[in-house]
Amino acid sequence: MVEVKPVSVGISRRRAVGVLLGSRVRSQTAYRTSFWLTVLTSVGIGLIEFIEIYVILTNVPVFGGLSFAQAALVFALANTSFALADLVFGQLDTVPSLLRMGRLEVMLVRPLPLLVQLVTSDFQLRRLGRAAVGLVIMVIALTQLDLVLTPATLYLLIITPLVGAAIYGALFVLAGGLQFFLIDGREFTSAFLYGGSYAGQLPGSVLLPPVRILFTFVIPATATAYLPGLLILGLPGPAFLPAWLGWFAPLFAVWAWGLALLAWRAGIRRFTGAGG
Amino acid sequence: MRTYFQLGAAGFRRYSTYRLAIVAGVFTQSVFGFIRVSVLFAAITVAGGELAGYDQRQASTYVWLGQALLAPLALFGWSELADRIKNGDIAVDLARPVDVQLAWWAADFGRALFQLLTRGLAPLVIGAITVGIALPGSWTAYPLGAISVVLGVSLSFVLRFGVNLVAFWMIDIRGFIGLYFVVVAPFSGLYIPVHLFPDWLKTIAYATPFPSLLQFPIDVLSGRVLGSDALLVVAMQAGWLVLLVVLTRWLMARAARKLVVQGG
Repeated sequence: MVEVKPVSVGISRRRAVGVLLGSRVRSQTAYRTSFWLTVLTSVGIGLIEFIEIYVILTNVPVFGGLSFAQAALVFALANTSFALADLVFGQLDTVPSLLRMGRLEVMLVRPLPLLVQLVTSDFQLRRLGRAAVGLVIMVIALTQLDLVLTPATLYLLIITPLVGAAIYGALFVLAGGLQFFLIDGREFTSAFLYGGSYAGQLPGSVLLPPVRILFTFVIPATATAYLPGLLILGLPGPAFLPAWLGWFAPLFAVWAWGLALLAWRAGIRRFTGAGG
Repeated sequence: MRTYFQLGAAGFRRYSTYRLAIVAGVFTQSVFGFIRVSVLFAAITVAGGELAGYDQRQASTYVWLGQALLAPLALFGWSELADRIKNGDIAVDLARPVDVQLAWWAADFGRALFQLLTRGLAPLVIGAITVGIALPGSWTAYPLGAISVVLGVSLSFVLRFGVNLVAFWMIDIRGFIGLYFVVVAPFSGLYIPVHLFPDWLKTIAYATPFPSLLQFPIDVLSGRVLGSDALLVVAMQAGWLVLLVVLTRWLMARAARKLVVQGG
């Protein structure tokens, strides 16, 4: 990891963040081959995640009550959301190694909140590749669906990826906060962070009931795409997931951020340096 | 031989240090297992109870065996060798009186065995109790399955070893490790059985060594293929292994000849 350049005293926080992000972006494009290779990987990861839905719907006509185009729309909404959240908060994945290497102490004495420093510590442009995959699949799915574009569906189409990104972003922060307690057990957080990403991309109706409840009312993954998707598509929901819940996706995001900030604060407060 | 056995034992012990990490791994693999089971069950129900030879019970077996083999196979990024090439430590390795590839192979095998007994068996048991799994139709599935798993783990090692060798020619190979995962994950059957792929994708997958890592060991172990068919699958895995060992050793020899390490 590149050390953050000292920011002179008196500079506004917004400018500080701007300078940091600008330097990250420039450093990544310096090595062209390496950069494009990582973009390619990022696009590839988006595509292989789609393979499951593609393969299943070449075998059967409907999956969890959704046609291929409908399931693709749900996948694309969730995938774009996760890619956006990953773009901003993905760096929180490095908290365990920062803790182990004793790098966190240095960051805590700097005049920027830790969360802001982590977010800007490695702004990965390549992650845009993944968001692009989601967007392309979304556009293709929408052209296949001939939806009736009412103000309501338009509103949902615009707000869903943003609310979804907020929910996944909260999961990144929640995972980061829990790392202070888990240390070696960091893989626990993958269960709800990457498990949530996986569950969120699927039609919620296919999930076994306990899984469905867990990934809606505890970890609100189905609120990132499936629930608002039901409203966009004008479909009824399965047991435990009525379609009208889709209107409350922003509330699910508030809940997720509540959990996230609680865990993050508790984590920072618990942190005792190793004298680095 | 004794040396390699001890390297294997060291690999086994190395991973037994972090107990909480094991519990975390078991938990996470189980959660993913439940989601994957959900997906296949939904598809099989729509298909009328059977899909490409999988009924619900066999699909569950496929998922939980897959979750069990995930950690031993270590498909996710491994760059220890590449790191040693990058920082020059590889020169010390080459000077040692052991074969570089065999030494890493032994250590990786020890690691895989440990992972199988802990992170592997636990999700399998959890899945068997909660969802249920099908047992193979003949006892021959067990010994053949064990051989198939050993071959799968070995193939995974040799392939990762090969990707790491790229570090002799390029400074930053993270891009290659990422790309490798993008190819190996779907074609090994990690997301969904390769047998369910549409024909064009199936043809591509079967032409690569990747189904030999995960899909084929699961097929043999679960008794999806039995008797001479199972022997054929195992023979094919062995064929890929021989080919890839020869290829990576040739690469290694070429790389060692051109290696220049700076400093002392």
